[in-house]
Amino acid sequence: MRLNLRNVSRVAIRALITNKTRSVLTTLGIIIGVMAVILLVSIGSGLEKLITQQFEDLGTNLLFVMPGKFQFRDSREGGPPGVATNKLTLKDAENVARKAPAIIETLPIVNTTATVTFRGKETSTFIFGTTENYAKVRNSPVKSGRWFAKKDVDSGKRVAVAGTTVVENLFGNRDPLGQKVGIAGQKYLIVGILTSKGANIGNDQDDQLIVPITALQRQFNIDKLTYFYAQADQNADLDKAIEQIKKVLGKRLKEDEFSVLNSKELLSTFQSILGTITAALGGIAAISLLVGGIGIMNIMLVSVTERTREIGLRKAVGATPRTILFQFLIEAVILSSLGGLIGTAVGMGIGLVANQFLPVHTPLWAVLVAFGVSAAVGIIFGVYPARRAAKLSPIEALRYE
Amino acid sequence: MDSNALISLNHVFKTYTLGDSTIHAINDIDLSIHKREFVAIIGPSGSGKSTLMHVSSLLDNPSSGKVTFEGQDTTDFTEEQLAVVRNRKVGFVFQQFNLLPRTSALENVQLPLLYTNTLRSERISRAQAMLEKVGLGQRLKNTPSQLSGGQQQRVAIARALINNPEVIFADEPTGNLDTKSGEEIMNILSGLHREGRSVVLVTHETEVASVAKRVISMRDGKVVSDERDGKKYRALTKRKSR
Repeated sequence: MRLNLRNVSRVAIRALITNKTRSVLTTLGIIIGVMAVILLVSIGSGLEKLITQQFEDLGTNLLFVMPGKFQFRDSREGGPPGVATNKLTLKDAENVARKAPAIIETLPIVNTTATVTFRGKETSTFIFGTTENYAKVRNSPVKSGRWFAKKDVDSGKRVAVAGTTVVENLFGNRDPLGQKVGIAGQKYLIVGILTSKGANIGNDQDDQLIVPITALQRQFNIDKLTYFYAQADQNADLDKAIEQIKKVLGKRLKEDEFSVLNSKELLSTFQSILGTITAALGGIAAISLLVGGIGIMNIMLVSVTERTREIGLRKAVGATPRTILFQFLIEAVILSSLGGLIGTAVGMGIGLVANQFLPVHTPLWAVLVAFGVSAAVGIIFGVYPARRAAKLSPIEALRYE
Repeated sequence: MDSNALISLNHVFKTYTLGDSTIHAINDIDLSIHKREFVAIIGPSGSGKSTLMHVSSLLDNPSSGKVTFEGQDTTDFTEEQLAVVRNRKVGFVFQQFNLLPRTSALENVQLPLLYTNTLRSERISRAQAMLEKVGLGQRLKNTPSQLSGGQQQRVAIARALINNPEVIFADEPTGNLDTKSGEEIMNILSGLHREGRSVVLVTHETEVASVAKRVISMRDGKVVSDERDGKKYRALTKRKSR
């Protein structure tokens, strides 16, 4: 007799509907497992996408020069570049710009955190000391007012360009242009407001105040740089550019007193770290999916025992072992696939809500894998109970009390 | 053996092992059931009458011996082949009714048709016709818990009849019913016999068995008497003793 899959599916669906509560509770295990996988993979993937995007914004021809020896993978060995070992100066940045042929320009950065005050209000923010080139190299224009100019940097004038968060915190609805804010006792004139860049990973990119590097160095009496950017010519070979920088800086500094980093390398390092984290989180979540699968097997086994008489009756009126096998297998697969479907939807839904605080991006492959795995879970964990049901002798099943 | 028989049993044993001892639930049975016969199998509990019914109806395999159904030796039948015979040729009525709980009478009756390629619309109309035939035309949507014992057994009979089987096997069909409901069920079974179907009834009540035309008495796994209309059945006299 040919297996009538349509009827068998109908029987399976009827059985699931007849036991609504049990079906829903069984599915819950899979829903939670799939939801966790989708959510964690989405967050990992969202972070990766965000970081990739930020590096792409920087441009691939941008190099970082940092004081000290920089080692990503084993940073404990070299130790963080401390102030005591920092020998990188403004002069070095200028030398690189002038003497390395592949480098168009450099952008020195001194940054610190400070409390900024205005008429009794105060806010703690990031202070960047840099040059007028920042606007161009970091693609950070003003939306009103003006950027400070080369002459401001040369003369060490105390002017500032403010991010929108700083403006909101200190001025509310007032116009900050032309007002003077206090940074550690010194007054800085606000000349421009930066175009908002938005926040990500809890890092508000508008919470900053940019001032001429010379003014900041003079005020805090420092002559070192936190780091500097070196922008290579669009057509230049990056490896050659790095060699040139090393040659220029090597005249004054020892080899382990500075590092030159390529944004591409940094990106791939970040990506591999994030990839590992995503995989680990996904793996942990997958365990809950496995537990959900075992839940299905458990319930299906109980169901087979509970419905022993029903199985006996079905066999007595003409069900073959294969029909019974498929009935229970289809029940398990429906439960797990439905759980996968709902879990995916709920996971993506929560992801959408979380997207307001965290970068969340659900990749298509994660949806397909989660759904595929949950269907497979149904088959794998459904086979054993289904085989047990199929093998029951009709008369013994009918006698079962 | 009788070649015109619907079901023939030839030296059939059914043996169970309990610890060290071996129990012959049925012990070397030779028996034929013909078309249009109304047979009652009687005997005290443990006499093997239910086992005899299960083996005759292909619900259970004999330990040894040959069961022939419509001239076909079923010894080497696969599970699939047995399922087809149970589906198309045999109808069962159980003491416990064995209806699916939380499932309407109409759907319970359709159950055997789910294992055939019958269209949904035809399944429903046939199930409805069967329920009307057993007098439950007004109870199509009721679930077993909403029906009396007698009504439930009538649903079970409708289910047994849905595939128009050659033979109905009824195992203590009145055992769980009051006298009046029991009589109604027996009337329906007699009616089925009059329609030309074979009916095999297992019971321990001689009163119930008296409705049948042929009465087979069992004791300790053996047939002790086989009477038709009160007379000894000739097949029995031919029976070889071991």
